[in-house]
Amino acid sequence: MTKETPRVVTRVVRREGATLKDFAFSADMVRVDGLSRYITQYRQDAWTSYQALPMPTLKDEAWRRTDLSGMPSDRFFLPKNEAYLDLAPLPDDLTKPVADQEHGGEVILTPGGAQVSLAKELANQGVIFTDMRTAEQKHPALLEKIMGKIVAAKEGKFAALAAALADNGVVLYVPRGVAIEQPLHSLLWGPGEYLAHISHVMVWLEAGASATYVHEYASPTEKAPAFHAGLVEIHVGDGANLRFVELQSWGEHVWNFTHERSSVGQDGQLDWIFGAIGGNVTKNFAELDLVGRGSMGRMSGFYFTDGKQHLDYDSQQNHRSQNTTSDLLFKGALIDSSRVVWQGMIYVAPGAMKTDGYQANRNLVLSREARADSIPGLEILADDVRCTHGATVGKIDPEQVFYLRARGIPQVEAERLIVSGFFDPIMQRIPFEGVRERFQLSIAKKMAAYHG
Amino acid sequence: MAELVIRNLKVSIEGKEILKGVDLTLPQGEVHAIMGPNGTGKSTLAYTLMGHPSYEVTGGEVLYDGQNILELAPDERSRLGIFLAFQYPVAIPGVTVANFLRTAVNSRRRAVNPDDKGVPIPEFRKLLKAKMEMLKVDPAFAGRYLNDGFSGGEKKRAEILQMATLEPKIAILDETDSGLDIDALRIVSEGVNALRGPGLGVLVITHYQRILNYIKPDVVHVMMDGRIVESGGPDLALHLEEHGYDWVREKVDSGSVPA
Repeated sequence: MTKETPRVVTRVVRREGATLKDFAFSADMVRVDGLSRYITQYRQDAWTSYQALPMPTLKDEAWRRTDLSGMPSDRFFLPKNEAYLDLAPLPDDLTKPVADQEHGGEVILTPGGAQVSLAKELANQGVIFTDMRTAEQKHPALLEKIMGKIVAAKEGKFAALAAALADNGVVLYVPRGVAIEQPLHSLLWGPGEYLAHISHVMVWLEAGASATYVHEYASPTEKAPAFHAGLVEIHVGDGANLRFVELQSWGEHVWNFTHERSSVGQDGQLDWIFGAIGGNVTKNFAELDLVGRGSMGRMSGFYFTDGKQHLDYDSQQNHRSQNTTSDLLFKGALIDSSRVVWQGMIYVAPGAMKTDGYQANRNLVLSREARADSIPGLEILADDVRCTHGATVGKIDPEQVFYLRARGIPQVEAERLIVSGFFDPIMQRIPFEGVRERFQLSIAKKMAAYHG
Repeated sequence: MAELVIRNLKVSIEGKEILKGVDLTLPQGEVHAIMGPNGTGKSTLAYTLMGHPSYEVTGGEVLYDGQNILELAPDERSRLGIFLAFQYPVAIPGVTVANFLRTAVNSRRRAVNPDDKGVPIPEFRKLLKAKMEMLKVDPAFAGRYLNDGFSGGEKKRAEILQMATLEPKIAILDETDSGLDIDALRIVSEGVNALRGPGLGVLVITHYQRILNYIKPDVVHVMMDGRIVESGGPDLALHLEEHGYDWVREKVDSGSVPA
């Protein structure tokens, strides 16, 4: 119906001129003093891997679309104890909306510090929900059981870095058969210019356990760059059920790298929700491992990029057993000259019959300078499977806009309404109303800068 | 009393002329029907009156309240009191009926006062509830995503609910009867009849006479080949139902009506 004017996009591709400098981290920063033999060995091995692995470049397949050459890697430094005292304080609105609603426990991580709370009845049932430093001291046997068991440090430069140097993190352990009704909340607050925030999140649900857990990364936007590298390791035991929501609202100065994997046991269920609105450059590896027969995993993502933000998701759905089901839907909107990459793969292992895998990526590209790359993939090594995928990169449907305008809603407002609706089904999966509203508001703010 | 006056309206789509000089006057308080075979430009007229960007007006004018609305954007026309019930309502996934209607109501308020804070939510809920009761719409409707997965009947009822909430002065119903079974048609028509009154002019665009058994028109127009070629009272619709459009076509071809 509407005619499109031909568009010419000229894109300046920066070739890597200068190679990226190495980080200024050193072996003495690997935190092992007074810690268990297992942790010591794990971190020292990780450090060895970190040193052996080269910095990724645009020539590496997984990094082809994410250029690190502007990152001042040699200038990032680790926070000292109580570093938060001299940094931007945690704004009330990041915790208040959650506190208003009942939660079962909360972990707030600040540079060089942590605050932890957990409902007594959960602690009495053997639930552990605490920051990693506390767990290192109080629960070394648990860490020996769960640390480094899902993501191997040597999987990548940043995975190794995070494993070796994690300053803090969150540990959630739910014993066999324990059902946590109230959602849990944790937040990594990462202010500070040139500060390197390195985190390690471990979630372990024993057989038949269930929990809902929201983990957030946040910081104010500051002038000079900052850095985050994170590991997320998740184990969902046989028949266990986890809803895990991960929300990222880093300041737009943060270089952010995460390696995440969830392993789901027989008849286990995982509902994994990703949200990203912040960061300067983000590269995220997220992998769903359906290892147990009859296991299910759903991965939902929403993102909204503006300015010069760059967001690169690498998702993998591995069907390693029979009768497994995966369902991935990532939805995003882009404005200004931001860029998003989603590269997804469904892998079906030999013998993983009766597998049902689905992946879809929907992008709304709202400005001429923005760009979305959507790259689905299938690798199927079994018979009798059903795997489908879909990817769309589009604009707002002008018929939708006309329909809303015909009801008196001005054009830009109509477009904003359509975009907020585009995200709504995934937003509704965030269990805390306060958190959901905060993200809706952030998206509304980004949209407010959009004028068609 | 305001009226909608269409004078010698000519409209093209992609260079092809569809409306070849439409003349019609719709006073507030009256119900007019436009009937005609498929492809004669009825829906083009509906979309053009609402300001769809794909329809290019090449001549004529449309006056409402003395103002030529062809110069206005679709949302401005809506806020002026013109409403189009779509033949094919568009789904807006993720936006609930209630949220959408509140935004539409607020757009009206802000057009009057840019600093308006919007209708308070309890007040809006009350308004919507009253309209839904009047139209016998299930209250759960308000929480559903607009037209998303709606049945044909539900879509048309949602259109009438929007009309009831926005209280237009001129409503154009574009083939509202299409795709409806007799029960759905009756319900939708009852809704329209409930809104009839001295403050509302209605233009019922239809291919079939059927809907006019429920929404009684004051005037019936016949459209053919981009023009209004015959106008009369309600009996004209019945005559068309019985004898088809051939006699009109013959009259047009013989030159006994202005073409």
